[in-house]
Amino acid sequence: MEKNKVTPAFKALLIGGSAGSLEVMLSILPALKPLPDYAVVIVLHRKNSEDNTLEELFTVRSAIPVNEVDDKTQLMPGYMYIAPAGYHLLFEANGELSLDASEKIHYSRPSIDVAFESAAEVFGNRLTAVLLSGANADGAQGLVAVKEKGGTVVVQDPLTADMPMMPQSALNVITPDFLLKTREILPFVNNLN
Amino acid sequence: MVDDRHIEILINEVYDYYGYDFSGYSMASFKRRVDRIYNLDGYTDFSHFLSRLRTEPHYFKHVVEEITVNVTEMFRDPQFYSVLRKEVLPTLATKPFIRIWHAGCSTGEEVFSMAIMLKEANLLHKSLMYATDINPLVLESAKKAMFPLRMMKQYSENYRNSGGTQDFSQYYIANYGYAKFDDEFTDKMVFSQHNLVSDRSFNEFDLILCRNVLIYFDKNLQERVLELFDGSLSNLGYLVLGTKETIKFSSVQHKFQQLGREKIWRKIK
Ligand SMILES: C[S@@+](CC[C@H](N)C(=O)[O-])C[C@H]1O[C@@H](n2cnc3c(N)ncnc32)[C@H](O)[C@@H]1O
Repeated sequence: MEKNKVTPAFKALLIGGSAGSLEVMLSILPALKPLPDYAVVIVLHRKNSEDNTLEELFTVRSAIPVNEVDDKTQLMPGYMYIAPAGYHLLFEANGELSLDASEKIHYSRPSIDVAFESAAEVFGNRLTAVLLSGANADGAQGLVAVKEKGGTVVVQDPLTADMPMMPQSALNVITPDFLLKTREILPFVNNLN
Repeated sequence: MVDDRHIEILINEVYDYYGYDFSGYSMASFKRRVDRIYNLDGYTDFSHFLSRLRTEPHYFKHVVEEITVNVTEMFRDPQFYSVLRKEVLPTLATKPFIRIWHAGCSTGEEVFSMAIMLKEANLLHKSLMYATDINPLVLESAKKAMFPLRMMKQYSENYRNSGGTQDFSQYYIANYGYAKFDDEFTDKMVFSQHNLVSDRSFNEFDLILCRNVLIYFDKNLQERVLELFDGSLSNLGYLVLGTKETIKFSSVQHKFQQLGREKIWRKIK
């Protein structure tokens, strides 16, 4: 295990969300500018574990190319990755993705907490994590871990979110670096470079 | 919180004391699992945790059981079972005898799903299913052929979605909150402990299923295990992995042909 220990040279942008976040994503996807320094990873809750429509939807709409995720897929900057339904998404020190079929967290697999915590360990201050709308408290603890490891924490303003509970749960435990209205999310992401 | 240094020490000690080699496990999930049991059992000092592991074999067993992820379902991924039913079983049907290996079978839900499909294809009488796992506790549970009754609604739905047309409840008897599956299934199953890291091939098979086990291994260990499977498959035998697992990073890939987009490969060399 240890021999693979090289921190990835690129940065990571993780975006997590649940109910009400898909609309936000679909509106910003076509207008995204290339992010050559970032691997972009999307972790959204799904209704059922056989649902592959999200991958298709994103592949068609996204201005950033979407790479299919299998276990041990190597992340590459400039590409987008969608956490598959039915698995937790974990990050290896060498920049590979690992999948995990263990118990659901917050009734969810993938869980946003699990992905954020794992990415925080690997990417530290090279990670930007964005938490969007949702009717669930997943993601809040994950953002705490991101902050602890020096990453940048971004939360959609609950007042502008379809479902305020998820971003509000995060605000209850952490002060984000950026609290963004829905319409501010796209310009924020496009200015990351 | 358990850190990387702790994990390294733990892996070395466990190997020295018990001969289990976890060094090829995927670090991200292994660490998460160790951290989970460490916290569940109320530890705050890693050296206490380690010394108990060293001195109490019983506790070590418990930790192994907790580290391995045993989540499973009957007819999980119905779409996959439907392809198995329509495309794989008919070709196996021509064989006089069918040997199947479920590697990492957990509590057996997948093995019983297979047995039901074999029965419906009228192949059960000439089949033998070898079901193995590293964790003896899940094997004990699998042998009993009893699954929680409350799961049957979802399992029969999965079964129907996989193309099953029978009344699913005919296959078990409900008793005290459990669904006990028929002996005709267990009669065709052999359960035994087998560690994919250290144990060898023990037979030649026409079909090997190893679903959602390789995700817990790093690429090097995956490679070794895929070579083990390659060496345990008969010519034109099938290898089945989980829906997000792949042989495309492995040197054995050129010996196999994938069935469309399914995670099913046929050995052609
Ligand atoms: C998530 S379960 C998969 C169960 C089933 N195949 C399925 O897909 O539903 C993973 C199983 O792999 C087993 N396992 C982990 N490491 C193993 C090893 N080195 N050798 C054999 N089995 C192992 C675990 O004990 C666990 O039962």
